[in-house]
Amino acid sequence: MADAPAWQDQLYDLLRQQNVTQFSYVPDAGHRILINRSIADADVHSVSVTTEEEGVALQAGAHLGGARSVLLMQSSGVGNCVNFFSLIQHGRFPFLTFVSMRGDFGEGNPWQYAMGQATQPVLEASGITCIRVDSPDEVIPAAQAACTMAFQSEQAIAVLLTQKLLGAKAFSTGDA
Amino acid sequence: MSKMSSKPGLRTGPEEKVQDGMLERRHAVKTLLGDTSDILIVTGLAGAKDDVLAAAGDVPNAYTLSGAMGAATAMGLGLALAQPDKRVIVVTGEGELLMNVGTLASVGVLNPPNLSIVCVDNERYGETGWQESHTGRGVDMAKMAEGGCIPNVRTVTKESELKDAGQMLRESNGTSFVLVKVAPTDAPSIHRSRDASWHKGRFREALLGTN
Repeated sequence: MADAPAWQDQLYDLLRQQNVTQFSYVPDAGHRILINRSIADADVHSVSVTTEEEGVALQAGAHLGGARSVLLMQSSGVGNCVNFFSLIQHGRFPFLTFVSMRGDFGEGNPWQYAMGQATQPVLEASGITCIRVDSPDEVIPAAQAACTMAFQSEQAIAVLLTQKLLGAKAFSTGDA
Repeated sequence: MSKMSSKPGLRTGPEEKVQDGMLERRHAVKTLLGDTSDILIVTGLAGAKDDVLAAAGDVPNAYTLSGAMGAATAMGLGLALAQPDKRVIVVTGEGELLMNVGTLASVGVLNPPNLSIVCVDNERYGETGWQESHTGRGVDMAKMAEGGCIPNVRTVTKESELKDAGQMLRESNGTSFVLVKVAPTDAPSIHRSRDASWHKGRFREALLGTN
């Protein structure tokens, strides 16, 4: 696998500086560095969830206990979370998720379009503010803004890491 | 003929009385929890919430869900990881737990020593018309907890088993799970504010000294 871009490590460092101590995830190539660094970091809990909605409830529980948590997921996982977003909105819990997008820029798997195109409208309908990131130099400023919005102002924030940023996954076409 | 069939038994309502040999849910949960002043509690919605309110009263250290069905155990996990020196007990119904049964696997692989789960199993969806739940048709939540790698699992069906199970919930060094089988009676509901944000602030104020 090619070397990861520098922003992925910088993003992990930023989240640790922000005192995030719980990283929940469903394994995802777009979040590989964040996930692997959380696994290797003895000072954080790396929580492998079976469905993304667990990560939403985990964040609410972490906040009750005075800890900071983030959820790392793919856009398809947003669809799994919708009812649990009611806990965030009605309880006015701080919420921060980083979403690796599928089904947007250059997607080669048609199955990804329905949820990918619905991701931002679904998040916004659930009371979550979206910040889209298309280029590497925008990632850290966006993440810094998102941390302030979530942890200081107790807003619900999704940072959408688009396929312009991440690159589209290659799929076989059947062509020679 | 298999014990399990493709259709549930038809139920029209709760049972009037607790049958001989069965546990009454309010009594069972109160006995399992014991003194609640030094623990943190997260409950699932409906009956389990009322069981805890009956046992503990309207206390700040119990966060009671009235929605987000399936969220209680993962919420308890986040709380237990954030507060390793406190005992966190999740009290929820079998229907709530079935909605996100994979959480048992997420908990099991981490095995937080300060997290305990009580599954109050009346084999009914009492809130919605007493329809028979999966556990009334052969599904065993204790086996699911064991399959999820939770190390301390016990099924309680009798009065004489409550005390030891309660002790395990408080003292086990590793996540514990108690499946308590209770009679499908309609214990009176208990009113509590459903303002989740207000309860969040109250819980945090009591635990952390600030919201």
